[in-house]
Amino acid sequence: MNSPTCLAIRVNGDAHRVTAGLNIAEMLIELGVDPAKVAVERNLEIVPRSTLGEVRVEDGDEFEIVHFVGGG
Amino acid sequence: MTAQQDIKADSWTVAGRTFSSRLIVGTGKYKSLEENAAAVEASGAEIVTVAVRRVNISDPNQPRLTDFIDPRKTTYLPNTAGCFTAEDAIRTLRLAREAGGWNLVKLEVLGEAKTLYPDMRETLRATDILVREGFEPMVYCVDDPIAAKQLEEAGAVAIMPLGAPIGSGLGIQNRVTIRLIVEGAGVPVLVDAGVGTASDAAQAMELGCDGVLMNTAIAEAKDPVLMARAMKAAVEAGRLAYLSGRMQKRRYADPSSPLAGLI
Repeated sequence: MNSPTCLAIRVNGDAHRVTAGLNIAEMLIELGVDPAKVAVERNLEIVPRSTLGEVRVEDGDEFEIVHFVGGG
Repeated sequence: MTAQQDIKADSWTVAGRTFSSRLIVGTGKYKSLEENAAAVEASGAEIVTVAVRRVNISDPNQPRLTDFIDPRKTTYLPNTAGCFTAEDAIRTLRLAREAGGWNLVKLEVLGEAKTLYPDMRETLRATDILVREGFEPMVYCVDDPIAAKQLEEAGAVAIMPLGAPIGSGLGIQNRVTIRLIVEGAGVPVLVDAGVGTASDAAQAMELGCDGVLMNTAIAEAKDPVLMARAMKAAVEAGRLAYLSGRMQKRRYADPSSPLAGLI
């Protein structure tokens, strides 16, 4: 059986499909997000910025992708 | 020495970082990022509070705060505004540390939406955990000298009592407790929340606070940039008045001109 070409993941609460075999940095670029400007949580665990290019995206992963916005 | 030089020399230090401006401003509620940046500039603030929120994946190229307020020039102080449990606040700050790369953060854990009053039990618990994880939390709290002491003992690097509820603009409601917190603290004390206009900021500084943090008072003024200038002047004036040692109050009049030599 061929491996699927897309993975089903959740990003910031919404369902997304991304290419299989990507690391998190590549996934962010595919989503149009600059990896240098965000912080990433994967399945409730912080992904250190230094390892974004190493950690593989797995089917069913849940991501929170955040950045700084105006606030009090 | 001129007053301007006095202000320059009169710096304050939090968690080993030294600042000359005693005004910290928020970056919420502005009409535009341009107006926000202009107000920060006019306020002279060297620290701004920021929130941590989800990136809008459907439109990731929206203008960003960091394009208008340079984090290399202005210290970003990530805040946990909107968090109602220690766990939510800690999770937010772990992400903030990863996004920003620094440990100096502002902790606030709220108790309810109506008053936005801090939940001190959760705040103290979160402070404990954050300090053990290497964070340097500046902590928003009630204007209670005992709670302030407990936070300091837990490792808070600054104590930030409210002057009045967040966003209320009611001014400092309890000068006595703010003064007691200042007198008892071994770390910087900043009034955070409740400032409405320049005299409120001056009053906080006259009470001996190391600084003042505000957002709405500037952002919701008809002319935010002008109010930012007013707040800068008020914080400096209040600080100078505190350092100068004010006169004693009298119950009755005391003439300013000599009584001797009256015709």
